[in-house]
Amino acid sequence: MSDEHPTDAGRPGTTDVLDGERVPGHDDFERLIEAETEEGAQELGLASSTSAVELLIEQGGVLRLPESAVLDPGAEDARFGEDDTMILNLGPQHPSTHGVLRIMLELEGETVLRSKPVVGYLHTGMEKTAEDLMYVNGATNVTRMDYLSPIHNELVFALAVEELLGVELPPRATWIRMLMCELNRISSHVMWAATNGMDLASTTMMIFGFRERDMVLTFFEKVTGLRMNHNYIRPGGVAAELPDGWEDDVTAIVDTIESRIDDYDELLTGQPIFRERTEGVGVMGPEVALALSATGPILRAAGVPWDLRRTMPYLAYDQVDFDVVVGTVGDTFDRYAVRLNEIRESIRIVRQVLERMPAGDYRIQDQKVTPPPRARIDESMEALIHHFKLFTRGIEVPEGETYVAVESPRGELGCYMVADGSNHPYRMHIRGPSFVNLQSVPPLLRGALVADAIAILSSVDPVLGEVDR
Amino acid sequence: MSEQAPGAVVAPPAGHAPFTASIPGCEGVPVSSSRAQEVLHPNRERYIDVAAALRDAGFVTCADLCGVDYLRHMDRALPEGVARERFEVVVSLLNHADRKRVRLRVQVPADDAVCPTLFYVYPGAENMEREAYDLLGIRFEGHPDMTRILMPEDWEGHPLRKDYGVGRVPVQFKDAPGPR
Repeated sequence: MSDEHPTDAGRPGTTDVLDGERVPGHDDFERLIEAETEEGAQELGLASSTSAVELLIEQGGVLRLPESAVLDPGAEDARFGEDDTMILNLGPQHPSTHGVLRIMLELEGETVLRSKPVVGYLHTGMEKTAEDLMYVNGATNVTRMDYLSPIHNELVFALAVEELLGVELPPRATWIRMLMCELNRISSHVMWAATNGMDLASTTMMIFGFRERDMVLTFFEKVTGLRMNHNYIRPGGVAAELPDGWEDDVTAIVDTIESRIDDYDELLTGQPIFRERTEGVGVMGPEVALALSATGPILRAAGVPWDLRRTMPYLAYDQVDFDVVVGTVGDTFDRYAVRLNEIRESIRIVRQVLERMPAGDYRIQDQKVTPPPRARIDESMEALIHHFKLFTRGIEVPEGETYVAVESPRGELGCYMVADGSNHPYRMHIRGPSFVNLQSVPPLLRGALVADAIAILSSVDPVLGEVDR
Repeated sequence: MSEQAPGAVVAPPAGHAPFTASIPGCEGVPVSSSRAQEVLHPNRERYIDVAAALRDAGFVTCADLCGVDYLRHMDRALPEGVARERFEVVVSLLNHADRKRVRLRVQVPADDAVCPTLFYVYPGAENMEREAYDLLGIRFEGHPDMTRILMPEDWEGHPLRKDYGVGRVPVQFKDAPGPR
């Protein structure tokens, strides 16, 4: 220690730790915390004195390079560094990027340093389209965002409109929505397990996942008429009553999938290669996850018990019994385990919905919001007028603005809606969980190998339709 | 049908003191209530300080950030003391411990569409600010990477602006040959 720093006793937080680590008989140890730099001696603090978030900003996991820089090898921008780093473009056509995601990886040998997800290849301007569509048409637009969980997209849109309208739904409509949401969560998670399995070279898992998802999609087709992009949940309720015998179909689905989850366990959870490739890979702690606005399985795998179904209940989630699954380490394996066990919890919820489905209307009987029953149109002039007015003029929503969020399979799916009193939204903004969760990718990839990058990316589960909207 | 009459002055409901009033650093910021959600209206100068104060008070996550162009709806309801401007930056903050949300609406004038960045308070706002810049042209000062994110890098205009011509702009393709 030089004279400028006679003692480190006055600095809180350093002395104790240093004392604990002081090497016996090594009096010069304290010199190790000073480093010679160009600007003279600089004191080095302990790594623990920097918070994880400060470190994140300082390290800068994000490669700040224009998208086009590496496309043209002759460009000035592409000549980077005298060090042995290179830039590798992963995607947008790479099969492991789950769509059209492109990631620019800065590599040193086979180790990833910084990276930058490049998105927008699937941008279709849905927020702009929503401003031109009436509230009654809006669900057809938003359902196309996250094509693996269309029901949740429709739900958040419908909830935002209903919040602005100030209407309350009959219980059966709420419970039908909850049933469909949980079935959709199951199908989305098994689909994720399938693609994740394929990324980690388990083609059996890929076949299994698609097989299970198809059962759910077949039921959705029976209820809504379509396998994807259902337009089933609409402002004011749902589009149609559940078909006869739906209880048997749903029971068959959950019984089959529940037993097959055990197969997944056998196939992946206990498999040494899978564990080697996922355990300790891509670790993210809770502070960083919270600061990066991560939600859903990423946040829960980091050990934060945050599930909007439980913490800010919507629909009737406060009336059903289920557990919020959390991880401990926040690595790729935890994110896998969280999702797998969430399928089991969703099955629990679906069973309770089966038992307790209330009777009544599947939509509100407010002729300004939902169309009259088909039979009424034949016998009532008034019903015919209402039907005509609803589908030509739409719903008039009073002025105001609101933010509504639901827990989609990927995290917090939010909808910020501004109404100006007309029949279409003035502004509709969707907070896509995949879009925000992509920010977690550069810190997760930092220091990983390229092969791990595939596993990490898969565990983040981005759906590019929602990222780009 | 609705709790609030259209265009009514948005004041917090009587007997319900806004919880943000007790947070140090948020004094004097106009507060309103929209559908039982608390909304703060800081000006551009106080925006970052208010956000930092809220973060220190437990709002550790920036759940959402977006811009709104109010060009065709300038007569929207705003509490007293808020200067009416064309653009708004809307930030939704989340407190996990108390299970609360709070929303910030910052007015941004059209002739100087610049807003300080939230990146150093909430690193998670990075992509959302890039999106707001890309689609609405609101520039976030101090942002480490203020580039387009959804539209191509060489795109002209900001599509979510209300005066952006829909259907009148020919589709832009990179390096496409011109019309023959």
